[in-house]
Amino acid sequence: MAASDELGALTRAFSGFGVDEKALISILGKWHQEQRQTFRKGTRDFFTEDERQFERWDDRHVIQLQHEFLRFKHAIVLWTMHPWERDARLLKEALHKGPQHKVLVEVACTRLSDELLGARKAYHSLFDHSIEEDVAFGIHGPERKLLVALVSSYRYEGTKVNEEIAKSEAKFLSSAIKGAAGNKNLLENEEVVRIVATRSKPHLTSVYNHYKEITGHYLDEDLDGELYLQETVQCLCKPQKYFSKVLDASMGPDVDELKKEAVTRIIVTRADVDMKLIKEEYNHKYGVSLPNKIEDVANGNYRDFLLTLVARGD
Amino acid sequence: MATLICPEHPSPVADAEALRKACQGWGTDEKAIISILGRRNAIQRKLIRQAYEDMYQEDLVKRLESELSGDFEKAIYRWTLDPEDRDVVLLNVAIKQLPILDYRVIVEISCIRSHEELLAIKRAYQIRYKHSVEEDLAQHATGDIRQALSVYRYNGEEINARLASSEAEILHRVISEKAYNHEETIRIITTRSKVQILATLNHFKDDYGTSITKHLRDDSSHEYLSALRTAIQCICDHHKYYEKVVRCALNKPGTDKDSLTRVIITSAEKDLKEIKELFQKRNSRPLEHAVGKDTSGDYKAFLLTLLGKED
Repeated sequence: MAASDELGALTRAFSGFGVDEKALISILGKWHQEQRQTFRKGTRDFFTEDERQFERWDDRHVIQLQHEFLRFKHAIVLWTMHPWERDARLLKEALHKGPQHKVLVEVACTRLSDELLGARKAYHSLFDHSIEEDVAFGIHGPERKLLVALVSSYRYEGTKVNEEIAKSEAKFLSSAIKGAAGNKNLLENEEVVRIVATRSKPHLTSVYNHYKEITGHYLDEDLDGELYLQETVQCLCKPQKYFSKVLDASMGPDVDELKKEAVTRIIVTRADVDMKLIKEEYNHKYGVSLPNKIEDVANGNYRDFLLTLVARGD
Repeated sequence: MATLICPEHPSPVADAEALRKACQGWGTDEKAIISILGRRNAIQRKLIRQAYEDMYQEDLVKRLESELSGDFEKAIYRWTLDPEDRDVVLLNVAIKQLPILDYRVIVEISCIRSHEELLAIKRAYQIRYKHSVEEDLAQHATGDIRQALSVYRYNGEEINARLASSEAEILHRVISEKAYNHEETIRIITTRSKVQILATLNHFKDDYGTSITKHLRDDSSHEYLSALRTAIQCICDHHKYYEKVVRCALNKPGTDKDSLTRVIITSAEKDLKEIKELFQKRNSRPLEHAVGKDTSGDYKAFLLTLLGKED
């Protein structure tokens, strides 16, 4: 390989999601001192010229590199975990790392009732608290009531829906949204929280459809700008749309570490559930297949692992 | 301990036959019904229902419903159901009560039942009514009582002493400002684990001299307050709580039979003995005596049987 090609390959091996272990071994492993120095001098992103005349790793990049090396390990550990422990740990992280309250919505709304209950039990074992008390204690904004309600839910999983009630609740949401416009007090509307936190998913899907019939708009689109409520409705009614959206946002350029973790989280937690549908939705929305996108942005073992998970059920 | 007296290995088939005979012809042999059902535990009753269904292609419970009436019918009906179905029926009735729902029953069940029992109740509710109990409760209630059945409290033994102390302080502040529906009070009482709440309430007593329930007594017309007080009493000592329910039910002119039935039926196979002992201590007479005086007929005979009266 020509020197410039190798430089390019090495830079790429260190960028994106995960690291390209094979490239690192084959290139770095054979380079002698001068070649490595050329590399250091040539990549201003990774190395800076220290005042005492040596090229030092940029601290932020070293930390980022640690994340990238660990990304594969983290994915494997998360994948191997019991789903209850996995979700319990994700919930805990959502409260403390960031925090990322939207992940609370994601876990609470996209799991089956018994899966969420299992996660809550595992949370007891792992952290000696209930998720409910930690959410109630740790969140102080207007979203507190909604989030406590969402993590405490045990929704009916049958298919029976009372269409009359669904219709009237759609009407109610329509006038509540019109009335709230701008004041952002939808989150504190008890009835809105009641509907999204207690109704079954089939019921909410019916509400979503009635809403379209009544207003001509989609409920989640009308909730644009409403923190948490939009995610809640999407996760409950259109999960694949939600997951595609988050995946795409997480794989964009210059994304921070917290956002990047969403890729592992979503692929590991959905591989056995609805990955096929997510792939279809992703392709439909962004015009590129999810495996191709992953090939593009990810490296090495991490990439291969993700691709294997994404291909399950094909 | 249970007060129910039941034989070791009764024959469900013989019991079903006897019950059939009791319901046939003119009138009903209530004594036979009491002497059989009143002396069978939950598993035995379930077997009888199955045998009855197999033999006569009819639900025993429905048959009894049509044969009996009044308080006696209500008591037998609830007694014969599976324990979780019974709580399902109690909850449904409590939620749909007009003009306001019966907070007491809802809080009682949510605070006294174990995790496994609550889960069985939720599932049984969904099977029976094709939607969740949380939906019904949220639809018919306002405010934080809506969350009463949802929180899955930590049920381990770990306590955070520092937290107990700081939350006792929060409670005290809330009470002295008389801001009872303060978010923090609700948060603490509805989400903390039972052991943590007990630790917090002990701190309260140590730091401020009185137990918290005395402070919550002032505004008894406020349902929210009464629900909070009920929750605390159920969490701290549910035997004492039940004794009080029964005592008030008997003292009430006309006798609150619903509450009396509920406590006796729910506890007969669990801890009615402890409640009886507390009653005796508190009122200087046995519970059977009080029940005997304030109730009559088949209803009385049934309750006394559950209370452990020998034949």
